Amino acid sequence: MRLVVPILTVVAAIVALWYAGSVWMNSQWTLDQAARNKQTLSFTQIVRDTMDQKRPVLPAPHQVAEGLWQGVFGQAVTSKRSLVYHAWITLSATLLGFAIGAGLGVLLAVGIVHNRAMDMSVMPWAIASQTIPILAIAPMIIVVMASIGVTGLFPKAVISAYLSFFPVVVGMVKGFRSPDAMQLDLLRTYSASRAQTFWKLRFPASMPYFFTSLKIAAAAALVGAIVGELPTGAVAGLGARLLSGSYYGQTVMIWSALFMAAIVAAAMVGVIGALQAVTLKRMGMRQ
Amino acid sequence: MKDTLDRATVIEAKGLDLAFQTADGPVQALKDVTLTVGRGEFVSFIGPSGCGKTTFLRAIAALETPTGGMLSVNGMTPDEARRARAYGYVFQAAGLYPWRTIAGNVKLPLEIMGFPRAEQDRRVAQVLELVDLAGFGKKFPWQLSGGMQQRASIARALAFDADILLMDEPFGALDEIVRDRLNEELLKLWARTGKTIGFVTHSIPEAVYLSTKIVVMSPRPGRITDVIDSPLPQERPLDIRDSREFIEVAHRVREGLRAGHSYEV
Repeated sequence: MRLVVPILTVVAAIVALWYAGSVWMNSQWTLDQAARNKQTLSFTQIVRDTMDQKRPVLPAPHQVAEGLWQGVFGQAVTSKRSLVYHAWITLSATLLGFAIGAGLGVLLAVGIVHNRAMDMSVMPWAIASQTIPILAIAPMIIVVMASIGVTGLFPKAVISAYLSFFPVVVGMVKGFRSPDAMQLDLLRTYSASRAQTFWKLRFPASMPYFFTSLKIAAAAALVGAIVGELPTGAVAGLGARLLSGSYYGQTVMIWSALFMAAIVAAAMVGVIGALQAVTLKRMGMRQ
Repeated sequence: MKDTLDRATVIEAKGLDLAFQTADGPVQALKDVTLTVGRGEFVSFIGPSGCGKTTFLRAIAALETPTGGMLSVNGMTPDEARRARAYGYVFQAAGLYPWRTIAGNVKLPLEIMGFPRAEQDRRVAQVLELVDLAGFGKKFPWQLSGGMQQRASIARALAFDADILLMDEPFGALDEIVRDRLNEELLKLWARTGKTIGFVTHSIPEAVYLSTKIVVMSPRPGRITDVIDSPLPQERPLDIRDSREFIEVAHRVREGLRAGHSYEV
């Protein structure tokens, strides 16, 4: 409970800064309008106007909150105007891509730890893959896959997987290598096989690393799915909301979609965190 | 000396050399080491860091490969001896798996070696009893003190009933009071099980108190400077350390260490 006051203080400070930013950035439009109508406005009038514009440069927090509320609770979840509908479109691609990426990441890490050739050859490519801007490669993936008749969920999932396998590879290689020389020597004194060393030592030792890299991967997967929705002509999904929002200058719509994406990412990270707590507790590892 | 000849030879080293290849060229960790250890002996290796005592123990365990000379364990090469489960090894740190209970940790070698399940449970109960940890099987390592954790790691090394117990400074990280108690318990355990024990330490009182044979080593290159057969009786209460024989042996160990120029700073 002692934490409540500092947390609320920080939130209040952010909201206050946001409001100040809204007033400052939206006031230009208000002043231009007034100048065109040959009016002079008092400070209070300016502030009031910046809080309630239809297309503000920076929507005020209460506008975004209202947009978010309308999007989530204001319509049937099947409606194309529902943020729940769009979030689900994005989330389903994210989850599929995340599963592919995490699985691939773990497999690659197993190979890298056990095979020197893979250690030397795979890691540079994995790193190189992440230096390519995802915005550049996403349209190519969509187009190439569309040309062979694969559209919809799967191409987006591929982009998600492309972004999310990397933190898992890096984290799991570190995790599988976390047992120290003494623990490996101990297993050598038992003449343990490589498979036994993996299942009895490396795998359980990697668990804390596993969940940490999954959290990073989940956020990356969501970014991948959203980016994957941008070049498709924006039909559905949070990416589509962002894109059409920017087409029509609907900044409230953009910000609502951004917050929805943040909520979805936070939910995924939260679920992984809960799984981590339960798993490590059952394994007897003190947090 | 006569005593050693009467016993069956368990560990035998003749002119053993071991060099590590490093970036600065080879480092001679062991040079011309010759030693015979008989069945049921308690042998301590003592010397300053860099004298090769740990390297010698690791060579016996086939964790290091000698570059010259002969080394046999139970009449086999160290590698064969390891596959024949000739020894249990206790490291400086307990190194228990945090995700396994104490019983689960002791069971680890039994699982790897493929003992039947019922046999595993029987042996775990038996060795936990032996190190005075009966009733702690369901605890996790972090719930135990450092001394208890090290006892659990000794139980783990004993679980598959190897004839030889190799211990690399097992009590080095513990405080003196706990160390004294564990030394006493180790002697009792040794008397009860009749195992051959190889024990690396840098503590003179520990070496003299525990051993039937003290091997004094010195560094650069790692070699044996003295081998002392202890005149102390088998039965050793803690206050034997005030006896004249004890002090004499300790003195000889110290002399041996000094002769090896081992305490140059």
